[in-house]
Amino acid sequence: MAAPDTNPDVSAVAPVRGIEEWHLDLRAEGVRRDEAVAHLHGLLLRAARFEVFRRRSSSPELSAIELDELAQDAADDAALSVLRRLDDYRGESSFRTWAYKFALLEASVKVRRQAWRDREVTLEPERWENLAHAGPGPNDDTENAELLEAVRDGIRTALTPRQRQVLVAVVLEGVPIDVLGERLDSNRNALYKLLHDARRRLRVHVAAAGFPEVNE
Amino acid sequence: MTGRDLDPTLKRLLGSNEPEIDCDECFAQLDRYVELELRGAPADELVPGLRAHLVGCPACAEEHESLRALLELESVS
Repeated sequence: MAAPDTNPDVSAVAPVRGIEEWHLDLRAEGVRRDEAVAHLHGLLLRAARFEVFRRRSSSPELSAIELDELAQDAADDAALSVLRRLDDYRGESSFRTWAYKFALLEASVKVRRQAWRDREVTLEPERWENLAHAGPGPNDDTENAELLEAVRDGIRTALTPRQRQVLVAVVLEGVPIDVLGERLDSNRNALYKLLHDARRRLRVHVAAAGFPEVNE
Repeated sequence: MTGRDLDPTLKRLLGSNEPEIDCDECFAQLDRYVELELRGAPADELVPGLRAHLVGCPACAEEHESLRALLELESVS
């Protein structure tokens, strides 16, 4: 097996005017459908390769062949998603663009999970104390120090344990939300809602502590 | 927030008060949003809340960046 190109040429999937209708055959039967599915898979694979190779620095341990396998898996999963959700396509973009986003999602999630596969996610709520290192430096004024203390106090007292856990992991530890979702048996959307609510509570707390501008 | 140059970490902790959509809606609208952007249309007006979401959600922001980059690459190929 030849090593895949580490800089894939995506020009082969450049839009060609007048052939966008091919996707209608995804709803057909027999050979027409098979050909449309094969075409779809080709597009998704190109997009997945684009994403995987674009992010390859996050997984330096992977060879070009392993990266290509990751892209193949992403394209396979994306094809299933696209075929399952054909009714969601409302023609608000080109079908190609609509399909690409599925491949990019699958590929980016796989790349993030690969990058964090052997990394521990500590999920220690106490880690917010590290915020001291992210705050104002020695030359900053008293007001900044008070703001930092208000944020720390808000993390400590205004958030639920779950909100604190997600906020600290995503913002302070830099854990990708998909990786966190996998470790917590949750999903991106649910965790983002927790994060959003945590930020809102934190802003309210900090505003009440004398910094109303954070909630404007 | 005005009148203060916040540390980037504090900005990410506090987020913004702007209305924003969630990750599922962001995914649903992303293809339309990026095509609008690339056409020079007022994407933020036509898809309200998506830009604010990208600021708050690193994962969705990466996928937006990638879709835009892929379409831009194809447009010059």
